[in-house]
Amino acid sequence: MTPGGLFARLVAALGGLGGLRRNRERRQAELHQILPPGKRQFDAVRSEEQGRGREAAPPPELDETGDPRAELYVALLLIAAAVAFVGFVVFYVVSEDTQLLGLSIGIGLVLAGVAAALAGKRVVIQEKTTDEYVAYGDREERREVANHLVEGKVGVTRRKLLFSSLAAVGAALGAAAVVPIASLGPRVGEKVYETPWSAGKRVVDERGEPIALDTLSPGEFITGFPAGESKEEIGSALMIVRLETDELELPADRADSAPGGYVAYSKICTHAGCAVSLFRYPTFDETQPGPALVCPCHYSTFNPADGGKVLFGPAGRPLPQLPLRAGADGSLEAAGGFYEPIGPSYGGIREDPGAKPL
Amino acid sequence: MKRLRVLIPVALLAASISLLALEASAKTAGEGSASTPPSSQFALGRAPESAGRGLFVQGCSSCHGFEGEGVKGAGPSLVGAGEQAADFYLRTGRMPLDRPSEEPIRTPSPYKPAQIRALVAYVGSLGGPPIPEVHPEDGDLAEGQKLFTENCAGCHQIVGRGGILPGAVVPDLGAASALDVAEAVRVGPYVMPSFDHLDQSEVDDLAAYVEYTHDPEDKGGWAIGHIGPIPEGMVAWLLAGVALLFTIRLIGERTTR
Repeated sequence: MTPGGLFARLVAALGGLGGLRRNRERRQAELHQILPPGKRQFDAVRSEEQGRGREAAPPPELDETGDPRAELYVALLLIAAAVAFVGFVVFYVVSEDTQLLGLSIGIGLVLAGVAAALAGKRVVIQEKTTDEYVAYGDREERREVANHLVEGKVGVTRRKLLFSSLAAVGAALGAAAVVPIASLGPRVGEKVYETPWSAGKRVVDERGEPIALDTLSPGEFITGFPAGESKEEIGSALMIVRLETDELELPADRADSAPGGYVAYSKICTHAGCAVSLFRYPTFDETQPGPALVCPCHYSTFNPADGGKVLFGPAGRPLPQLPLRAGADGSLEAAGGFYEPIGPSYGGIREDPGAKPL
Repeated sequence: MKRLRVLIPVALLAASISLLALEASAKTAGEGSASTPPSSQFALGRAPESAGRGLFVQGCSSCHGFEGEGVKGAGPSLVGAGEQAADFYLRTGRMPLDRPSEEPIRTPSPYKPAQIRALVAYVGSLGGPPIPEVHPEDGDLAEGQKLFTENCAGCHQIVGRGGILPGAVVPDLGAASALDVAEAVRVGPYVMPSFDHLDQSEVDDLAAYVEYTHDPEDKGGWAIGHIGPIPEGMVAWLLAGVALLFTIRLIGERTTR
């Protein structure tokens, strides 16, 4: 079915609902003929006679007030909704396109909603009554009430069809809701501590070119990756900045981690895992804010001169630094793994930053 | 071209003669010439460089020093900044600044184009790179977007509408010309890092992309000012809210009381 055709049908269905307004008055008039308003009183409190009351109730003498065609429409809409929900499951399995997932579940929900509205309008008889809370009435009156209670569903002729299509919708929607559980990955476990970096791993740029010691001037940055590894790994991307060597304030045990003023940090923010892609470097540090790496999501700000210390923002621990050294050919390579666990903070990592050095 | 080659030395000669004459007249005039308004100084027909020197002493030296050597706590040295940086800051009105602690932002320049050329020539005479060349028409738009995403979008946003950074406002690139882009990429104005490792063709690509963002092809329809997902979400909610109200009106019924 083309989206255009579908839309036209939806509009038609909604238009049909609008048309009901006129029908309603007529049908209410019919109902009033069947049940004169004065007799519509019942007792909802007393329950001991309920069973008997129901038994005693003869089939109401009602014309077929439900609309068989509407029932068919409702059933068709429900089946279409079920098909859409099944479509979600099918798309989930066979396609990578999340747009199709959204489209199928959206169409299914709209169809089910239209079906519910249509059922409420045209299949189940709607009527308002005023209960006069009077003396616990006699048998006759109770029978009247019982009739009144059952008449709502009497008009429904294809109950089986409706219920089975409703069940199909329920099952299909349930399946659509459950299937994405398959997207949950394996347990994270120790994997969070594993990165592609180890001593001697060459640093390359976006295009796979090595980064020589003279590639950047002080005050420039570049995104680095491990040579020959996937760029998609959470531990791969590096924010490499070159600072003046006299600007560096690295802790004593990291003094050798910055050849030529080059310092490298994980590009993944320790707050919520966004890419730390902003670099601020002053033209004139006496009147301007100092060098900083900034995450665009929540403005966590890290000091690249001082081991990634948090200067500002919600991050709870420093940006993990990767020690660098100049390789045999003068281009940058890792001198070891990260000093801290990389990635967003959670649980123990945040509480004990030094828990698991790599 | 040939005529020009002949004209340049002649013009330089004429300029230096008039310069000598001016120096002499200035000496006799004493303090009088220092308070001459900048426009009239240039109108006297000095060579741009020396006219620029006068303008510089008047408008820039309080922060950058009389010889462009910089003033501690006020302004950086301009030795080595070159025409590239001077042209960027002056042409976009980022300089002069009222207060040295302010962030320079794009404003209409108080100088006339000829005065800017003179100042740029003076700062260029202190040494540094010349005004760069840029050819956005030779740039590759797709490559430009890739480079922009990698290097610029972090701060300037993918459609170049700017944003904020702790301690600085990131300018909207809506008014940035190709030359502004080429200069800014090399200079790294204010707290922007410089990107000197990009080569000429990459700068052309970037300039082509920035020019494209001035009037991008909005495949999705209404761009809502290209200012990102938050206003888009708000508009979506408002529209969805109206649609929901309409649906409720359609399927519900009014109670008569």
